[in-house]
Amino acid sequence: MKLPLQLILGALLSVFFIVAAVLSFLWVPHDVTTLAITQKLQAPSGTYWLGTDHLGRDTLSLLMVGARTSIAVAVVAVGVGMAVGVPLGLMAAANRGSLIDEVIMRGNDLIFAFPSLVIAILITAVFGPSAVNAILAISIFNIPVFARVTRGGALSIWTLDYILAARVAGKGRLRISVEHILPNILNLLIVQGTIQFSLGILAEAALSYVGLGAQPPTPSWGRMLAEAQTMIYTDPRLAILPGLAIVAMVLGLNLMGDGLRDLTDPRVRRTRA
Amino acid sequence: MLRFVLTRFVSLTLSLIVASLVIFAVIEIIPGDPASYMLGLNASPDAVAALRDQLGLNESLALRYVDWVGGMVTGDFGLSYTYKVPVSDLVMQRLWVSLPLAIYALVLSTLIAIPVGLIAAAKRGSATDYSIMGATQLGIAVPNFWFAMLLVLVFAVTLRWFSAGGFPGWDAGFWLALKSLTLPAIALALPQASILARVMRSALIETLGEDYIRTARAKGLSRRQATVRHALRNAMIPVLTIIGLQFSFLLAGAIIIENVFFLPGLGRLIFQGITQRDLIVVESLVMLLVFAVILVTFLVDIAYAAVDPRLRRGR
Amino acid sequence: MIALETLSVSIHGTPILRNVDLGLETGKITGLVGESGSGKSMTALAIMGLLPNGAEVSGHVRLGDEDLLSLRETRLCAIRGNRIGMIFQEPMTALNPVKTIGDQVTETLLIHGRATRREARDIATDKLARVGLGQTPLSRFPHELSGGQRQRVAIAMAIALHPDLLIADEPTTALDVTTQAQILDLIRDIVTEEGMSLLLITHDLAVVAGMTDHTAVMKEGEIVEQGETETLFRTMSHPYTKALLKASSHQPERPPLPVQDPILTGEGVIRDYRTPRPSLFAAPGRFRAVNAVSFTLGKGESLGLVGESGCGKSTLTRAILGLDPIQGGTITAFGHRVGPGFPNALRSGIQVVFQDPYGSFNPRWTVERLVAEPFHLMPSPPADRRARVAEALADVGIEPTAMDRFIHEFSGGQRQRIAIARALITKPELIVLDEAVSALDVSVRAQVLDLIAKLQAEHGLSYIFISHDLSVVRAITDRVMVMREGEIVETGATEAVFSNPQHPYTRTLIAATPQIPEDWQEKAKHA
Repeated sequence: MKLPLQLILGALLSVFFIVAAVLSFLWVPHDVTTLAITQKLQAPSGTYWLGTDHLGRDTLSLLMVGARTSIAVAVVAVGVGMAVGVPLGLMAAANRGSLIDEVIMRGNDLIFAFPSLVIAILITAVFGPSAVNAILAISIFNIPVFARVTRGGALSIWTLDYILAARVAGKGRLRISVEHILPNILNLLIVQGTIQFSLGILAEAALSYVGLGAQPPTPSWGRMLAEAQTMIYTDPRLAILPGLAIVAMVLGLNLMGDGLRDLTDPRVRRTRA
Repeated sequence: MLRFVLTRFVSLTLSLIVASLVIFAVIEIIPGDPASYMLGLNASPDAVAALRDQLGLNESLALRYVDWVGGMVTGDFGLSYTYKVPVSDLVMQRLWVSLPLAIYALVLSTLIAIPVGLIAAAKRGSATDYSIMGATQLGIAVPNFWFAMLLVLVFAVTLRWFSAGGFPGWDAGFWLALKSLTLPAIALALPQASILARVMRSALIETLGEDYIRTARAKGLSRRQATVRHALRNAMIPVLTIIGLQFSFLLAGAIIIENVFFLPGLGRLIFQGITQRDLIVVESLVMLLVFAVILVTFLVDIAYAAVDPRLRRGR
Repeated sequence: MIALETLSVSIHGTPILRNVDLGLETGKITGLVGESGSGKSMTALAIMGLLPNGAEVSGHVRLGDEDLLSLRETRLCAIRGNRIGMIFQEPMTALNPVKTIGDQVTETLLIHGRATRREARDIATDKLARVGLGQTPLSRFPHELSGGQRQRVAIAMAIALHPDLLIADEPTTALDVTTQAQILDLIRDIVTEEGMSLLLITHDLAVVAGMTDHTAVMKEGEIVEQGETETLFRTMSHPYTKALLKASSHQPERPPLPVQDPILTGEGVIRDYRTPRPSLFAAPGRFRAVNAVSFTLGKGESLGLVGESGCGKSTLTRAILGLDPIQGGTITAFGHRVGPGFPNALRSGIQVVFQDPYGSFNPRWTVERLVAEPFHLMPSPPADRRARVAEALADVGIEPTAMDRFIHEFSGGQRQRIAIARALITKPELIVLDEAVSALDVSVRAQVLDLIAKLQAEHGLSYIFISHDLSVVRAITDRVMVMREGEIVETGATEAVFSNPQHPYTRTLIAATPQIPEDWQEKAKHA
């Protein structure tokens, strides 16, 4: 099978940032926890490849550690969203039209009425700001997304004859959901997972930009932008670099998601054949 | 049709009630005693007792909830603890910045996205299509607040076409006020327009493959006539869904982007409310935002039925 | 007069049509018959100039003194709908769901500038009355009409401008047999009355025999034989035509089995569905899908169940399989009440084969796992699972090496064989065949029917054979039940019911079923 170009490109971009994030645990060019005011706002050089910020921290190192924060928040949020949303969606589809289905779907609608920013505001108002809040807010936002995608995909499979055949073979709803439904909606979930991953990166950046996410001294792309804003006239580099990192990472994930969808969607495949 | 609207209205009211219960529970029950939370650890017992009295915390939970909801229905949002003024006064001024900004961005996004999506779908597989798809792919990946900074950098700092921020108020003249919201609205609209254009394109391509398009062509309609007369309206159904969802993103985005342009909108009020632990302000504002989102969902549902006769008979 | 001359089409280099020569005479009905993928529909689309992107055409399509293949798109638009009208197979999707039927019929007139808006509405009213929808207001939307009514709207649209040629591509395949008869009559009347040519595309030889003046038989993109319809049927000069006719009236050999004690009985079976609440505060409604149905099935017997869509046959099937609870009466199998609580050990005695060869299998499982799925009904899976699967596959004529492959590697006919193997794996006494051969082309269908008959003889199986196709039921069953609106209106020995139907509905059904006249088939029978 020929891999679509966008899938390769997207995977390369995403892997690049993931590697940078993992690498930051072992090695960064300069330590970001110690401040060196004397070295502040340096232009890019042999020592500081991408220059330094207003506190003299190395921008490249901050970006690497920031990637860690962004990716960690987004990955955990996708994980929680899937772990809760997928079983709920499977359950709703298996009991279509029943009270369980109704309750799950109305609960979903309710969460959809709360944008992730509003969830973060509510949580922060009561528990104070932290990176955990951002994770929680984005996770809660992800749950109905996965529940809906799962239910939609599952419902179309529940109408197929092989489900009826499985029921004639004496299998119950749970077993059918696990053996027949889940494997056949897995591609849908993977595609949605990459999309939510990229949305999570964007949401984390926005939340930490307004101070509802990762708190100092934890570096994050959103915080770097917030700090750079006051210096936008004097040193636009600091505002541009973290943004470029976000764009590249999100672009990579989206390209990968689109590529995966093209690869797994039989309709697309048919038109290409 | 009337019954459909009524059914949707009942569902709107139910959503509002449940949402208000959730917000009330998070703000007034989870912290334990909101009064001592708002005053912090070092507050004197007298001050706490006074605030409890002022907030009516000595009443039962049910009564407090009813008071809160009843107040909001009549426009009384309570008294801000930090500002010592009615929250409704604070909100009204700022709402007239955030809401027009979100709507401005929604209009821009829709006006850009629909023709762009249409062109891409009509010229599917062409160089135009590929460029549009590439540009929108990039547009989706751009965080709106960062894009806002770039716009400031280019149009305010370098070209000096716009001021870098601030809001003169609607009293200063409609066009002047609108001009000061233009950069923020563009920053909000372009990423959303990218999403919408892609949805428009794929919805249109899907409908163009439907049997009734073939029927229309067999009647003698040209490709363009079949697209305009038959495909467009059917393709609007998924597009409407996304427009509805986008409003909540745009409202949230408006609140965030106010920071970049120093706009006196709801965002600043709400973030100050959080840092100053002014739960009264936060509670009312969150309810207001959720109300706006639910209201837009309701309007989108009605728009659906206007487009699609199959939905009109109520559900 | 429209003439196709050496018409060839290829799509992305794959040849679809090869040197098709066909004359469509004014006032005559021409049938184009063939199995799926033979290129029938592509011929129609080539005439209309609506071939998919990437298609390359050569040859000529002459209409009057013009060659349609060399015309510019704008000129073609003026011809489509005006001089050539077309009706498609799927009435459910052929109309735009968000426009009224009035708007869709008047559009044909308006787009060709042949009437003012007001005149167009009058003409549309007339045309809708002509197709039998005189009582239906122009303001109706497609979803408010039945499939048959929608097909009538499609006909009204196609004939609104009195075209020279009407193309009907499987216009009744998606419809019930009684509706099919009405629609075919309507089309024939209109065509004769207005002196149009009709190109009728179908897979059904009996429809062609009953409708057309001239018939062309298509196979793999080529017309293998054409001629005056009766002569063509009587002479059958081409072996493919002969084989097609033979397969379409195929009668599998069924040695008579001694009928033994009943293994399945139903008494007064009632199945109700809840319908959505009519309004927010009203109680949900009820729909009685199966009403007081009684039946018995002996061991080794083959019982047919016929009826049109929505008559309740699928609902009854689900109840017999113990998938859904029933609201009244009893179903008893092997001496035990059937229902959701039917014990697994007994369930393995009743298996099923469904209609859709594509939706019947989980695409991510190997054939071995698919066929072995009913072993779930056993307390523990047998140790010789692989051998048992191989045995079942051999029974249905599939190589045991197929076990490690996936279902997409098999054709429709092979998939139905694998579905039968899955039904056989638990060595059941009863197999429910739910439209099991309806989706297959006639030649494949004949083979699968032979297989079904052979397995019955070998294993002493009982069958419940559910179908909308009377000829198939007649060929394969001993007794038959006719179902209508949830009730059994007639039941009896198959031959007796078909040759001497008692209930008026049965008579209507039999009369509506297209038949090839007996004496036309002499040659094919003796071949």
